[in-house]
Amino acid sequence: MKEFTPAPDSASIVSVTDRVKPVALGMGVTSVHFLGPRAAFVGSEENVAFVDAKGEISTVAVHSGGILSAASDGKRLVMGGDDGKVVALDARGEVTLLATDPKRRWIDAVALHPDGAYAWSAGKTATVKSGKAEEKSLEVPSTVGGLAFAPKGLRLAIAHYNGATLWFPNMEGSAEFLPWAGSHLGVTFSPDNKFLVTTMHEAALHGWRLADNRHMRMTGYPGRVRSMSWSAGGKGLATSGADTVIIWPFASKDGPMGKEPAMLAPLQARVAVVACHPKNDIFAAGYSDGTVLMVRLEDGAEILVRRNGTPPVAGLAWNAKGTLLAFADENGDGGLLEL
Amino acid sequence: MSEATASKIPVTVLTGYLGAGKTTLLNRILSENHGKKYAVIVNEFGEIGIDNDLIIGADEEVFEMNNGCICCTVRGDLVRIMDGLMKRKGKFDAIIVETTGLADPAPVAQTFFVDEDVQKNARLDAVVTVADAKWLSDRLKDAPEAKNQIAFADVIVLNKTDLVTKPELAEVEARIRAINPYAKLHRTERCSVALADVLDRGAFDLDRILDIEPDFLEVDDHDHDHDHHGHDHHHHHGHGHGLKHYHDEDMQSLSLKTDKPLDPNVFMPWLQNLVQVEGGKILRSKGILAFHDDDDRYVFQGVHMMLEGNHQRKWKDGEPRQSRLVFIGRELPEELIRTGFESCIVS
Repeated sequence: MKEFTPAPDSASIVSVTDRVKPVALGMGVTSVHFLGPRAAFVGSEENVAFVDAKGEISTVAVHSGGILSAASDGKRLVMGGDDGKVVALDARGEVTLLATDPKRRWIDAVALHPDGAYAWSAGKTATVKSGKAEEKSLEVPSTVGGLAFAPKGLRLAIAHYNGATLWFPNMEGSAEFLPWAGSHLGVTFSPDNKFLVTTMHEAALHGWRLADNRHMRMTGYPGRVRSMSWSAGGKGLATSGADTVIIWPFASKDGPMGKEPAMLAPLQARVAVVACHPKNDIFAAGYSDGTVLMVRLEDGAEILVRRNGTPPVAGLAWNAKGTLLAFADENGDGGLLEL
Repeated sequence: MSEATASKIPVTVLTGYLGAGKTTLLNRILSENHGKKYAVIVNEFGEIGIDNDLIIGADEEVFEMNNGCICCTVRGDLVRIMDGLMKRKGKFDAIIVETTGLADPAPVAQTFFVDEDVQKNARLDAVVTVADAKWLSDRLKDAPEAKNQIAFADVIVLNKTDLVTKPELAEVEARIRAINPYAKLHRTERCSVALADVLDRGAFDLDRILDIEPDFLEVDDHDHDHDHHGHDHHHHHGHGHGLKHYHDEDMQSLSLKTDKPLDPNVFMPWLQNLVQVEGGKILRSKGILAFHDDDDRYVFQGVHMMLEGNHQRKWKDGEPRQSRLVFIGRELPEELIRTGFESCIVS
């Protein structure tokens, strides 16, 4: 008779931690993206570190100071810094200066449109640059919290205090104000262009159905929501902010109105960042204790990617094909997992 | 100071009415050879004569919190700036927030009480108010903002004392004391105060809520008596040559004390309810409390409706187990507070 000796954590969860290629970035990290085949780890200051599939690191200087905002479409990474500059980084590692704030104000938010247009904000002003057209700017009533382009057409959502503003930069006088009391910090359109969702200073999300501007209150979080990610096909919106990943249903025409969210992957730590797989119904979640999990949406089955015991996870990203997952904690200890 | 507190970045809030000398003090702090680096959040770029890549322009956006509490306001821009500054942790030792001359310090202070992320990384050190010795008395009459700034202060730098006569100085000090007898007051010319007197004060550190006694000045050539009647709402007229005592019409302080133990089951709900109901009027509150059947000192402090408190340490042998509370506020309902407090005493 064989003696049964369980492995230290075999009872709890399937683990792929031994398949992760560790990456020591040696800098604070604030977000993770993929540019072509390489993972791009955005530092808290000055640099972006590219990491290829072999785990080799090459660092590119992008800002002279703190990096405050970053957005990527998989081909380009646009960033804003406290040096007042908006820069783009491409997959080859080439840096382009896109704009400089004349007063050297902080570039608080950036957004990238699938057709190459980009937007940034400094203070209350949001600016859009599309192709060869001139820059267009809009001033909103208070400092811009976040920016997002609609998936269709050149339309920008601007989150700010007491609501969000929707704006077609190429149409004079097109700004439409969606009011909701409180400070709105992050913003995203649903992939089907039907809903707009903001993260708030309070521990809540707010949503509007764009057809009729009906409100959707998404509350109950113990902490502020800092990370949102649409599942493949936009059926659900996965969010951080609680000790489970909260996924709001958006498959029906009413979105999450009158519905309960799914709560998956509970841990005794706060979810810090979520990233849904680009093709399958899987998401990755990073926690405040450094844990990284991969979770199946359908049944909540979990796979351990990284153990706890480190600073909070700062960023997670999938490559476009969904074959690579990259992550890093706030201190710059990260990893690459090939599936 | 606890370790968690020590690792947080101290934040000094610098207030003062227009022209009082805030920028002078700020320039002094930045230019003095103290070996420290400050991140400075200002409202007007260009007034600071020192090169510093960590000077950040702010918009002084006051946001209401969505929690049904009307006086619960925060500085939205500060939340954002603190978030950005934390990306450059290690590049500076402390933060100074300069407010405009017309600003109410409460939203700045409340930002450090309410916002989870701000609280994780930074701690409010003190509210420092620069006042103009020549014009403050007038401003206290016509500018409610100036009165707020005095009432809210932990440290008052009474500046431009060279521009007034001794009786004028005594007058303005008496007016300050009528509003806020607890702040440390420093008389200066051109804001030449020792930086140790304005920075790293720990005024919001629960472990250091000891400066609860009124800060009476060693007033030269006045025979000012250190006179406590459990109530700092002085009306001593007819001192003759002494320091005059004013009663400010709408802003006062109220202190309560008792040598008898308090019942925590009565006191806590009473205090919570008091700040809920009267929090709009109460700018600051502090207390050291001796509870019945409790060998630990309990300390608390508050800004408007926000309270934080904790058991601090054991009462020492021979230390009188006395409870003391201080409120500074506008039109404080004195009788209501006194009666309520007395009902918390274990009979």
